[in-house]
Amino acid sequence: MEPMIDIQMSVNGLDVATRAPARQTLVDFLRYNLELTGSHIGCEHGSCGACTIRLNGDIVRGCLVLVGQADGATVETIEGLSDSHELADLQSTFHALNALQCGYCTPGMLLTAQALLADNPDPSREEIRAYLSGNYCRCTGYQAIVDAVESVAAARNGATS
Amino acid sequence: MKPTPFNYVRPATVEDALAILDEYPDAVVLAGGQSLVAMLNMRLVAPSHVVDIGELSELKEVSIDGDWLRLGALVRHCDIVSSQIISKAAPLFKEAALHIAHPAIRNRGTIGGSLALADPAAELPACLIALGGQLEIEGLNDTRNMDAADFFTGSFETALQRSEIIRTVKVPVLAPGYRTEFDELARRHGDYALAGLAALGRIDNGCVYDLRLAYFAAGEKPALAIAAAQNLEGKELSEANIEEAVALIGNDILPVGQPGCSEQTKLHHCNVLAKRVLYRMAA
Repeated sequence: MEPMIDIQMSVNGLDVATRAPARQTLVDFLRYNLELTGSHIGCEHGSCGACTIRLNGDIVRGCLVLVGQADGATVETIEGLSDSHELADLQSTFHALNALQCGYCTPGMLLTAQALLADNPDPSREEIRAYLSGNYCRCTGYQAIVDAVESVAAARNGATS
Repeated sequence: MKPTPFNYVRPATVEDALAILDEYPDAVVLAGGQSLVAMLNMRLVAPSHVVDIGELSELKEVSIDGDWLRLGALVRHCDIVSSQIISKAAPLFKEAALHIAHPAIRNRGTIGGSLALADPAAELPACLIALGGQLEIEGLNDTRNMDAADFFTGSFETALQRSEIIRTVKVPVLAPGYRTEFDELARRHGDYALAGLAALGRIDNGCVYDLRLAYFAAGEKPALAIAAAQNLEGKELSEANIEEAVALIGNDILPVGQPGCSEQTKLHHCNVLAKRVLYRMAA
C-alpha cells in the first residue's frame, strides 16, 4: 500500500492543497501532479542540477527534497519566474549568445545564475564557473553560458549605476 | 530511480522523534536530506519510516557559551558560510563548508546530518576532529557528551545508537595565537574530495605548537596524523622540518584506494595537502 500525506504549499504564487505519495520527491510532484514540467529530472541524486527550483527563496535540488518537506513552503519554478519576468534578461541573453542547445539544463542554469547574481552582482568568470559547477550541460561546453551570465551581470550593473 | 514506499512523519519535538525511532527499528532520521534522499532514490536504503526533524527550531541554535561555539544539528552549510559568529569563532568551518558540493546543496545540507552519516569523504567530521570538538547526543532517557574523536568508528559508522539524535555540535572558540587551515583535492568544483585536510595549530615566534592534522577522504574514517604533528611540535615550519614531518603521515593515515586513485596516490595527495597547509600556516 502506498502511504499518502496531506500537503499544502504555495507554488508560483498559487496555493496548492492536495495529497501525494509520501515517497514522492518535490520535483516529481511538480512535474506529475501539477504538470509543471519545466523543472527537469536528470540524475535523481543531486549531481546534475537540472531539477533546480526555489524553496522558501533558496535554490535547491528538487530531486533531493521530499514532497512532505515542502509542506507549508513557498515553491518557485522556472514557469513562475518566467511569467514574472524576473529572469527575462537572463533568458534573452542565453538565447542571443547561444548559451543553450538542447535546453535540458537551461531552467536549472537560469535559476542558479539568478541566485549567483543575487549573491554576487559582479562575479568574475572564475566565480561564475564555480557557482554553476553544480549544473551540468552536455551540449555547450559552458563557455557561452559563462558569457551570458557575465553579460547579464554587466548589463544589470550598468542599469543600476 | 524512485524510493521504495515509506511512511513520512514530521515530529513536533526531538522527544517525539526519539519515541518514533524507538518504536520502529527500520526508521531513519531525515535532516536536510542531501545524502539521504539520494540514497532513498537509489534504493540504498528502504526505511519503514522517514522521520523528518528538519523543521525543529530547537535544533537550529548558533551561540557562544563561554569558550565554546554551539551549533544545533540543523545548522545548514549555507548558514556556516554566512554566519559572522561562526566565521569568527571557527573559521575552519566556513572554509570547509565552501568545499561542500554546490550552493543548492549547501542550502539544505546540515552539520548534524553530515556528522551522523559519517561519509569518509565528508569535510565537517574532519574539522570537528581537528578542532577537538564534542557532540551532545540526545537519547530517550538522557543526553550524553562525546568527543568527536570517539564518535566516528568507521566508514559510514558512528557511535550513535538507534534511538539517538545529535542535538548540538560544540567546538572550542579559536583561541588567540591559534590558526586553522583547510584544503582538499578534487577533480572538479564540488566533487567528493580525493583527499582533504583540516588543520589547527598555534604559531608563536615562527614555531608551531599543538598541531592537529585531521585528514578526510583518505582512510575509512577521518583521522589525525599524530606522528607528523608531534614531530613538528615546537619547531619552525621550515622546508626541511616540514619534509621530515610529512614523511611520517603514513604512520597514522592508512589510505583506502578508490577507482582512479590508488592507495599510493592517496598518500601522495595527503603529503601534498600537508605541505600546502603548513606553508600557509607559516606565512
